[in-house]
Amino acid sequence: MKDNVISEMDVTTDKIKISANNVQVYYGENQAIKDVSVEIQDKTVTAFIGPSGCGKSTFLRCINRMNDTIDICRVQGDIMIDGEDIYDSNVDPVQLRAKVGMVFQKPNPFPKSIYDNVAYGPRIHGLSRNKAELDDIVERALKRAAIWNEVKDRLNAPGTGLSGGQQQRLCIARAIATEPEVLLMDEPCSALDPIATAQVEELIDELRQNYAVVIVTHSMQQAARVSQKTAFFHLGNLVEYGETDKIFTAPEDPRTESYITGRIG
Amino acid sequence: MTDMPNHTTPHNSLLKQDARTVKRNRAETRFKAYGIAAISAGMLMLLILLSTIIGRGTGAFQQTFLTLDVQLLEAKLDKNGNRDLEEIKKVSTFGYAPLMAAAMEAKVAQAGIVTDLKPKELEDILSKDAAAKLRDFVLENTDLIGTSVEFRFLTNSRVDGYVKGRVTRESIANDKNINVAQLDLVDALRADGALEKRFNLAFITGADASDARPEAAGMGVSMIGSLFMMLVVLALALPIGVAASIYLEEFAPKNWITDIIEVNISNLAAVPSIVFGILGLAVFINYMHLPNSAPLVGGLVLTLMTLPTIIISTRASLKSVPPSIRDAALGVGASKMQSVFHHVLPLAAPGILTGTIIGLAQALGETAPLLLIGMVGFIASNPPDGIASGLMDPNSAMPAQIYEWAKRADPAFYERAWGGIIILLVFLVTMNAIAVMLRRRFERRW
Repeated sequence: MKDNVISEMDVTTDKIKISANNVQVYYGENQAIKDVSVEIQDKTVTAFIGPSGCGKSTFLRCINRMNDTIDICRVQGDIMIDGEDIYDSNVDPVQLRAKVGMVFQKPNPFPKSIYDNVAYGPRIHGLSRNKAELDDIVERALKRAAIWNEVKDRLNAPGTGLSGGQQQRLCIARAIATEPEVLLMDEPCSALDPIATAQVEELIDELRQNYAVVIVTHSMQQAARVSQKTAFFHLGNLVEYGETDKIFTAPEDPRTESYITGRIG
Repeated sequence: MTDMPNHTTPHNSLLKQDARTVKRNRAETRFKAYGIAAISAGMLMLLILLSTIIGRGTGAFQQTFLTLDVQLLEAKLDKNGNRDLEEIKKVSTFGYAPLMAAAMEAKVAQAGIVTDLKPKELEDILSKDAAAKLRDFVLENTDLIGTSVEFRFLTNSRVDGYVKGRVTRESIANDKNINVAQLDLVDALRADGALEKRFNLAFITGADASDARPEAAGMGVSMIGSLFMMLVVLALALPIGVAASIYLEEFAPKNWITDIIEVNISNLAAVPSIVFGILGLAVFINYMHLPNSAPLVGGLVLTLMTLPTIIISTRASLKSVPPSIRDAALGVGASKMQSVFHHVLPLAAPGILTGTIIGLAQALGETAPLLLIGMVGFIASNPPDGIASGLMDPNSAMPAQIYEWAKRADPAFYERAWGGIIILLVFLVTMNAIAVMLRRRFERRW
């Protein structure tokens, strides 16, 4: 894997997938996100970087309304996916989450078989009419997550018995099995070793062909390696957002520069 | 210069412990000793408890029997000779006494025992229950009337006590129920082999018996009472408790109302069980007019008592399911309910089962609330026929039966109380073993 090389792949589309306007997020009295507006493009990897507690994960979890599960969390402003406000009162978060898949920081496969892990989403959303179709969906998802060859002979083995990197790729397969349009990744490699990280990063690059991928990461090298667009968050503000190579080579904001050169964070 | 730093000062050497370390190590050794002493004391108490229970209780599983050949004289039992059951039933247990006395005389003569006891006194070494048992047998086998039957009779509890060593020749000086001549007869019959101590199944399966015939008392009916109560508790407490915990833990908003509910559930778990008993008396019997002494009422009261235990343990096991599993389910678009029922509940199931079984075991051993709703009834009849009628029929429960026996005067009942405790403990240990097994079996790692 190329290390510390700024991604040279261009953004392949101009289509705006997600657009957030003046988003404010409060945890009780604390404001975690301050007036963030950002437009995320389709078929692009967008990286959110920033020091711990800057709000990048919080913002990510707003995109599929996972913050709804936290009682004290309030979201203001609007986030549109394909022009539809996802915080509209008519939107069922469950339907939204089928469209916006998520991969978490720590690999969290269900304590079930590998097959059932991937088949769970399609099953509850009724994406298959029979066993053969479901088998097909599972196989496709596992292949796209680049784990098929490793697990095809033991689909009935427990998903929790895989190695950390395999588990994370299984979780990615699970997320893409429901045919989402957006894939959110919350520090997907932070619990993985360098080899597994490289595999997952390679995978993210391939997933870009089909999805808008938003990835939160602590590692600036990772952001540079996998993303085309980068957003830098600091203390709940979106400080700078633009082409990844521009952010890393010629940042406009002094705070971005300080973070990238290691002076704050 | 010669004032080089002195490296051999005891202060700095690693080979010698300094005063602080010595003190610290001593404190640690002392603490370990306290711990070992505490555990030893606990183990010793447990050992004393178990050995006392087993030592005193095993006697109840054995009873002294006397085998006799009884002539079922047609002249006495069926005067008209037409084997009409209604007519045979008219012969009361008093009608059977002469048959038994005759059988005793025959036995004494056959064994060549010399005694100056009258026939009535001979018969007195048998249980007062014996005639009734013989009558029941004849009513079931009317075709045997007119023949000679070998029948094994229970002996009187004094005779049983003598055989077991509880009653001695000195201790019966003021006892009207037995005399020394009868004990001589017992010795002779033992030597003959007709009178012997053997395993008594009736203690496990039988009903309670009156004060005059402790030898006939058994745990069977109260076991059925306990079983019915446990069924009621299981059928009510498990679904209500689990549903309440799932709602409180997964769905309810966290506000002051749920806080109050939570505190109160914890407090309910510590409410003395007698309070639940008086509540049951007031609500189920006085207000709802459910029958006294019925396992249904007992089960309802024990349900109230068990609910907090089940709710607390269920909530604890729901809490112990990592949030990442919930996130994972929600992340692929499962609804809240799907994430709970498909993923959280299966992972929490072993803990829920364990908590339920522990709660049931606690309810099984509970006596105080049963006293208030009258489940200490004297139930000498045979077990009720149907399951449905069993819920409403008066019954007893195992711990209540033990309490009942322990408070009676005759030491023969005292022995049965210890025996009852053994049976109860066997049930409790079995239930706990099942709980441990279920936990081992279904525990999954994530």
